[in-house]
Amino acid sequence: MHRNLQKIKEKAIEKALFLSAFFSVFITLGIVGVLIFETFEFFKEVSVFDFLTDTQWTPLFAEKHFGIMTLFAGTLLTTVIAMSVSLPVGLISAIYLSEYASKKIRIAIKPALEILAAVPTVVYGYFALLFVTPLLQKVIPELSGFNSLSSGIVMGIMIIPIISSLSEDALHSVPMSLREGSMALGSTKFQTSIKVILPAALSGVAASFILGISRAIGETMIVAIAAGQQPRLTLNPLVPVETITAYIVQVSLGDTPTGTLEYKTIFAAGMSLFVVTFGLNMISYFLKKRFREVYE
Amino acid sequence: MDTKLRNRLYDKSFYIVGLFATLFGLIVLLTLLIDITIDGFSRLGWQFLTSYPSRKPEAAGVLSAWVGTVWVAAMTVVVAFPLGVSAATYLEEYSKKNWLREFIEINISNLSAVPSIIYGLLGLQLFVRGLNMDRSVIAGAMTLAILVLPLIIISTREAIRAIPTTIREASYALGATKWQTIRNQILPAAMPTILTGTILAISRAIGEASPLITIGALTYVAFLPTSPISLEFPYISLKGLFDPFSVLPIQIFNWVSRPQKGFWIDAAAGIMVLLIIVFFMNGIATYLRYRYEKRMRW
Repeated sequence: MHRNLQKIKEKAIEKALFLSAFFSVFITLGIVGVLIFETFEFFKEVSVFDFLTDTQWTPLFAEKHFGIMTLFAGTLLTTVIAMSVSLPVGLISAIYLSEYASKKIRIAIKPALEILAAVPTVVYGYFALLFVTPLLQKVIPELSGFNSLSSGIVMGIMIIPIISSLSEDALHSVPMSLREGSMALGSTKFQTSIKVILPAALSGVAASFILGISRAIGETMIVAIAAGQQPRLTLNPLVPVETITAYIVQVSLGDTPTGTLEYKTIFAAGMSLFVVTFGLNMISYFLKKRFREVYE
Repeated sequence: MDTKLRNRLYDKSFYIVGLFATLFGLIVLLTLLIDITIDGFSRLGWQFLTSYPSRKPEAAGVLSAWVGTVWVAAMTVVVAFPLGVSAATYLEEYSKKNWLREFIEINISNLSAVPSIIYGLLGLQLFVRGLNMDRSVIAGAMTLAILVLPLIIISTREAIRAIPTTIREASYALGATKWQTIRNQILPAAMPTILTGTILAISRAIGEASPLITIGALTYVAFLPTSPISLEFPYISLKGLFDPFSVLPIQIFNWVSRPQKGFWIDAAAGIMVLLIIVFFMNGIATYLRYRYEKRMRW
C-alpha cells in the first residue's frame, strides 16, 4: 500500500515538473497570440500595403500615416552603427582571449567583461546622451543633441561582451590538433588564428554576430533616451531618429486608452520587431547547433 | 620587406591590438563610472534615499523608486525561482531525448533572446488588461518573472548537469526513489550554482525599464505600496501587491528625459544607487561561484 502511494506521488511530481517545463511554450504562444490578435485589429483599420510602403510614421498626429519603414530605418541605422563597433572589437578580443592571452589574463578579464554586460541599459542611455554626444559634438559641431550616432556607438559597446564571449567559446572549442597542424607547417600564431581557427569556428562566430544584431534591434532604453523620438526616413547618423522600440516606449508613456488605434500600433510595431528578432534567433540557434555537432 | 618579417610583425602587433580591443570595453566602463560619480555624487545622501520625487530637483529623491524595486524584485524571485528550477529539473532528470524536449529547448533558447520590450507588451495585454491587475506591483513582477524565467532555467540546467552520475547511482543503490534522489541529493548539491544563476537573473530584472514602462508603471509616485508588515492584526498584509509602483530604472529614465540640468544630477545619483545594487548582487554571485568551484571536487 505504501509502495503504491509512493508510486503515485512520483508520477504526480513528474507531471507537475513537466507542466512547468511546458509552461515556457505557453509563454511563446501568449506572446504570439497577443501580438497577432492586436495586429489583426490594427490591419482592420490600416491597409497592409500602406503599412509596408508609406514613407511617413505619424500615428499621433491629426493626419495619420503608418509607414513602418520609417521606424525600421531608425532601427537599421542604430543597429548598423552598433555592429560596426561591436563586431570588429568583439571578434578581435575573442581571438586574443582564445589564442593569445595567457590563462592568468583570461581568468582576470572574463569576470570584468561580465560587469560590462551587467550594467542596466538605462545607464548606457544616460552615458550616450550626456557624455558621448557632447564629446562627439566637439568634433562634429552639426551633430544634433539627439542622434543615432552616439546611441549606436554606446549600444555597440554594450554588445561587445556578448560577441566576444560567445565567439571565444567557439574559437576555444576548435580542436588543438588543428592548431598544431598549422604551426607544424610553419604558420605564425596570427596566420593560424585567421586562416585556420577562425574558418573552423565560423558557424559559432556567426551565431554570436547574429545574436548581437538581434540584441541591437531589440535594444530599447539607449535609443529611447539618446536617439530622439522623431520618426524619419534617413540614413544620416547626425539627426534624431525613432526606432521601433523607442516608439513603443513613447506611446506607453502617454496614457493611451485600450482599443484606440494608437494602442494597436504598438502591437503592430511589436509584431514587426518580434518577427525580425525571432528569425535571427532561430538562425543563430541552428548555426550554434551545427557548430556543436561538428566539434563536440 | 620580406614575407617572413611581415608575418612576424603582424603576429606581434596582434598582441597589442588584441589586448586593446579586450580592454576597450573596460576603459569605457571606467569612464562611465567616473562620469556618473562626478555628476551625481553631490546629490547622493540620506535625504536622497528618503525623499519622494519632486518638482524641485534639489528636493527630489528615490524613496518610492527603490522601495518599488525591492518589492518587484522580491516578487519576481517568488514567481520565477520555483517555476524555473522545476522546469530545469524536468528537462535534465526526466525528459527523454525526443522531439518534445528539442522543441522545448529551442523555445527556451528563443525566449531568452526575445527583446525585453516584447515581454512588456505581453504583460500589458495579459496581466494588466486580461487579468485586471492594473499597473500593480504584481503585474510588474509577473512580467519580469516571465522575462527572467529562461535565464533561470538555462543556468539551473547547467548546475544540475555538473552533478556527477555517481551521486545518483549511490542514492538509487540505497533504495531511494527518483524524486527522493533529486530532492535530497541533486538539488542540494546544485543549489549554490542555481542560486548564482538566480541572483544574476534578478539583477538583470532590477535593471529592466522598458517592459515596466510598457505595462504602464508610473514615472511619478509619491507614495509607497502598503507595507507587508503591520502592527495590527493580522500583522502581515499583501495589499501592497496591488498598489501602483515605480522602480529605479524608470525614475532615472524620467529624470534624464527632462530638459532641466538639475534633474540630470538626480539621474546620475539614481544611477549610482542602481549600480551599487546591481554590482553588489553580481559580486555575491561571483563569490558564490568562486567559493563552490573551489570546494566541490567530485
